[in-house]
Formats: sequence, C-alpha cells, structure tokens
Amino acid sequence: MLLNIEINGQQVSAKRGETILTVLNRIGVKVPTLCYLSSLSPSGACRMCVVEVEGLSHLVPACSHQVEEWMQIHTHSPRVLKARKTLVELLLANHPDDCLYCDRNGTCELQGLSEELQVRDRKYISRHKPVQIDKACPSIQRDPAKCVLCGRCSRVCREIIGVAAIDAVGRGSHTRIGTSYNRGLNFNACVKCGQCIIACPTGALTERKALPMVIEALGNPELYPVVQFSPTVPAAIAEEFSLKSNKDILNLLRSALKKMGFRQSFDVSLAADINIMEEAAIFLERWPRNKMLPLFTSCCPAWVRYLEVFRPEFRDHLSPVKSPQQIMGTVIKQYITSSAGIKSDKVFVVSVMPCTAKKAEAEFDNNGNKPVDAVITIRELVRMIRLLGIDFSSLEPEPTDTAFSLSSSAGRLFGISGGHLEGLIRSIYFMSTGQDMNPAKINDLRGLKPRKEARIKINKQPINVVAVSGLANAIALLDEIENGRDDIQIVEVMACPNGCINGGGQKIGSDEKSLKGRMKALYDVDEEEMVKMAHKNPTITDLFDKFLSKPNSTRNQEILHKDHSKSSEV
Amino acid sequence: MDHIFEKYALRKPENLIPLLQELQKENGYLTDEIVEKVSLHLHIPTNRIYGVATFYDQFRFRQRGLYHIQVCRGTSCYLCSSESYLKEIEKLLKVQAGSVTRDKRFSLETVNCMGGCSQSPVIRINDTYYHHLSVADLSEVLRIFREKTE
Repeated sequence: MLLNIEINGQQVSAKRGETILTVLNRIGVKVPTLCYLSSLSPSGACRMCVVEVEGLSHLVPACSHQVEEWMQIHTHSPRVLKARKTLVELLLANHPDDCLYCDRNGTCELQGLSEELQVRDRKYISRHKPVQIDKACPSIQRDPAKCVLCGRCSRVCREIIGVAAIDAVGRGSHTRIGTSYNRGLNFNACVKCGQCIIACPTGALTERKALPMVIEALGNPELYPVVQFSPTVPAAIAEEFSLKSNKDILNLLRSALKKMGFRQSFDVSLAADINIMEEAAIFLERWPRNKMLPLFTSCCPAWVRYLEVFRPEFRDHLSPVKSPQQIMGTVIKQYITSSAGIKSDKVFVVSVMPCTAKKAEAEFDNNGNKPVDAVITIRELVRMIRLLGIDFSSLEPEPTDTAFSLSSSAGRLFGISGGHLEGLIRSIYFMSTGQDMNPAKINDLRGLKPRKEARIKINKQPINVVAVSGLANAIALLDEIENGRDDIQIVEVMACPNGCINGGGQKIGSDEKSLKGRMKALYDVDEEEMVKMAHKNPTITDLFDKFLSKPNSTRNQEILHKDHSKSSEV
Repeated sequence: MDHIFEKYALRKPENLIPLLQELQKENGYLTDEIVEKVSLHLHIPTNRIYGVATFYDQFRFRQRGLYHIQVCRGTSCYLCSSESYLKEIEKLLKVQAGSVTRDKRFSLETVNCMGGCSQSPVIRINDTYYHHLSVADLSEVLRIFREKTE
C-alpha cells in the first residue's frame, strides 16, 4: 500500500514500513548520517539524521523511524540544522584535536560532518579520559580516544561476521567499545578480517602499519625486495587513481612497483593456481570415499582462524593447503630467487592484500624463515605510491617478462566470493574426466550474493558446492551441516561480504558501485584470458616438475600444507 | 555449578541474565571461566556477555571482600553529601570504590538507591545498614569490623 507524505513541501509516495531515510535516499534528499550503514540494522544511536515532523514535539531519526500517512517532513529546517550542529559539537567535546596526524585525515566522517555543518570552534570541552591504544594485534589497531560510539564496528562484527569480538561495554557516560575483560583484539574472538576498519567513521580502528618496515627494506642495499599482489589490487589501483581498469592496468602496476624499488613483482594468482591443483587432488581423494566432506576451502585466513578456534570439530574438513599468499612466499623464497642465486634470507617478500587478516597469517606462519616478511593493505600501497611520487600518467606498462608472471584467470577469480570454487571445479573436472569443462563459466557462482549454490555433474556424478561470504553466513551454514545437511561436497568461505573485493584492506568508503566495478574487472579478465584453468598454466606445470612434486604428494604436503590441528586455541 | 547450568536450556539467549545472577550468587563474582562456560551454553559470544554484564551494576568481576561496603549514591543520599562519606572510607581503607583491599577484608562499591531515602545517607556493610552517621564515626565503625577478623 502506498502512503502519501510530504517532504520539504514536495508530495512523495512511500511504501508502508519504509524508513524516512530510505524515502529520502530514493528522492535524492541528502541528510547526514553517522551510525547508519545500509547493510546493518538501524540503531538510531547518533541522531545525526534527525528530521522535523510537523505535529511531533521532538525531532525523529530518519534512519529508524518509519513513514506514516500524514507525515510532513522537513529535512533541513533551522531547528534541524541547529540540532545536527550541536550533535557534532558534542561529539567533538572529547575528541582529540589531532586531525593533521590522524590516519583518517581526509577520509574521516566526523571531519566531514564538522565541515558540512560548519563547526568552526570548540564549543564544549570535556575531559579526555586516559586510554590506551590497543597495539598488540598484528592486523588491527584500536585507539578508543577517537571512538564516537556509533557502534558500526560492533554491529558489523556481530551481524556480518558473527563473532562479536568488540561490543559496547559499561553503561551511560561510561560506555565504550571494548573487548571482554579489556584483553584487546589479539586475545579474544577477533578473526582479524578488518571489516570494522572499513566500517569505522573515524580513526579509532586502523590497520597495523607495515609500511615503515617496507620503506626501510626498499632502501636497504643488503636486501632483495620483491612484491606479490592479490588479484584484486589492479582494479583497486585503477579505481583509486582514476585509470581505466583494462588489461594494461596489471602491467602499469608492475611498472609502478618496479619504480618503487621492488626487484620483481608476482601476481599471487600463480599461487592460487597451485592452491587449486592441490585442493583438487585432495578433493578427488576424499570424494570417492565420502570422507571428510564437505571440503572447506582455506584461502581466507579469517575463516581459517574462526574454524580452528571456535569449531575445532570441523578442522578435518578444512583443506590443509596453505593460502595463496603463504604459498607464493614459499615459492619465491625457496625456488624463484634461490635458483637465481639469491640467498633466501636476503629476500624480503612484501605482499599487497585487500585484507588485514593476512598480516596476522604471515606473522604466525613462522618456522624459522617466514615465507612473507611484510603484508601491506591496498590502502597502504596507495599511500606508498603517493609517498614515493609515482605518477601513473607518465608510466609505461611493464611488459610481462618472466615465466612467473603467468597465471590463469581461475587464480585471479580468488578475489571474489565463488571465484575460488569456480577455478577449483574447472580443474577437478579436468582431473577426473580428462576433458576441459565447457563452458568454463559457472553462472550460479557469480554475482554479489551472500550464498551461492551450484550443482555440477562430473562423470555423470553430481557434486553440490556452496560459496558463502560474510562469516556469519558461514556460521549459519556450519549449523545446517551440524544439524544433518549432508548434500554438499565443497564449501568455499570468505569472511568479508562478497569476498576480497570488499576486504578489510580495501578503500575506505566503498559503495556498491565500486564493488560492482571490482567484480566486473575480475570477470572481464576471465572473459579475455586465454588460460582459464589452473592446470593449463604452463608455469604451474613447470613448477610441479622442477620444484614441487605431484599434487598432494609427500613433498608438496611438506611445503604447501599446514596442519590445522596443531593451531593453538585462544 | 553444573546444576545451575542444567536448569537453563541450551542456546536460549534470553536466559542470560537469570543464569548470570545465579552463577554470581553461587560463586560470589563472575570469573572468566564462568563467562566462557555461559558463552558455550547459550551460544552467545563472550564479548556480548561481558557487554551485558558491565551494563548492570549488579554483576561483579572481582571477588568481594569479607566485608562488603556499599555507599549509596542515589539522589537523596547524594544531596546529603554521601560523597564525603565515600571519600572518607576510601581514605581510611586506602582503596577506590569498585575494588578490594589488599588483605581482602573490605571491598567498597557505590550503589544507586537502597530504598532508605528518608535515612540518608545510607551505608551498608554486609547485612547491616548504617544511617545518620557523621563522617567522623566511620573510622570507629571500620575499626569494629577490623577487630572482628583479628
């Protein structure tokens, strides 16, 4: 049923049950918001979106108030503007005045609101509570002084990720966002996915920076710095520097990385191809015996951590193959550079990821020599490009030179939820039938959806596969499996909604349009690329011949696998 | 403590507060282990439980002293300058409100209202209520309790 309401004198029809904010967004009236995120349930905590409704004595929050038939709404009346300004002034009362030195300078929403509502002086002054910055976690850093208690981080962590590692603690003016027993993020349920960072409007949550270490390594003549980057990086760089996201962008990126001082650059998709080969072999061993199925993919470190810590009963199901990042580091250090005569302790492997959990993963995979020495997020890479004065307009695309820059488009698809499965199935199909899948594309596993299921026939035998993204959805699926669902053979999980294209290390303030752009970039590569399957990648064949052995052989297990049962619990 | 858990059905988050209340009654305060057990029992993340429990004044995360002192800070007692009583006790026992003395004999906390507004300011030590005291009387009251244990 349609309702007639009036917004700023304009007649508008709205559906029953819609919030005022939904209607305002539809008709293009912009009101400022702070605690609101479209993917979360509204909380109405910050009151920034208040509007005036005629006949009501108080202002109502547009994000959580539903439209009603008689409503006459004023969104920018003097009373509303004054209330919003006061709200910002109150938020600033105990906010540190260090915008110039803040990580979020320029991307801070509080800064934006203060500018939008023209706050020009500090009206209220309240005491700064002495707080400690939580720096113990290798992935995420939390500065409670900058927190405005909007609750976006805790709602993302609870509703989207499902672990509730941070939550409101205390009451009234003593409320703060904290961890249980104030133990900090490194010692609680946190899976390090970093979704809270991209949800945070201020600089309260940021990644732990590895950038200073990388800059130092680049300037150290003793070291041989090399870089590996996730398949989501080219599209993200194109987006950030307003470049066309086409085939050239990959080579432009390589050229930029070379200019920064990296001696060699590698696309992690190569290691994703290795991951596929191993995982396909493991699946084909388990499938006929119907043992330890469904097989869970292990490329997402946040998911791996969740399963190891919270659902140890499913550890056997987890693929023992290391994530592409760790495989790539191993291959670089133990094979590529060592066959060029460079000692592995001189090689400094930097990895550029859309992810903060990868930082912790690299840190904790430490048997003497770490495969990856430093992990930076895409945000850190963008900063580094600016810091080192790289100008894309004057760069020539670097021609693909070495064999190790070849990777299949299957490996690139790892960047999006469903992509890992798609690549994996293509190789499973080949390994069991001897023929290539045609068409290679699996439509059911594509698009921006939290859960994608597909049914594929291999040698007339059906297999059911599910790709879930957003860890909370994976937890729901685990519960289904625990309650008896047994028709699934492979489950791919990515902790961030829609996978790495929306990872915790991606640009702050990405909207659905940019997500679609990043998704399209990966699918386009798959359309255009000649080598669409991991097993068709000549480099892989070469690597398996010269460095590794047959997929899932003892040698490969030693180099590429991880024993999840040995991981320590929190 | 298992008998308390048995009374509450698994995975029912609405049982959180009564369960915590009973466990606290049994144990005196909520330990990390208790919170973790509740988390597994009701399928609520520990952090959520900690958030809920810190919202209410009734839940404690530290052991009480042998003598638990509650100083009322409700409106009426507040107006009757219960703060000076609180400060005096803090000075005498060398503890802050919300903590326990080193010898674990006294713990001190503030509460919002004990329902004795006409007798303000009200102070309670274990089950004994004190009212109409002067600040100077406090050292005598505490001395009696101290001697009880020696």
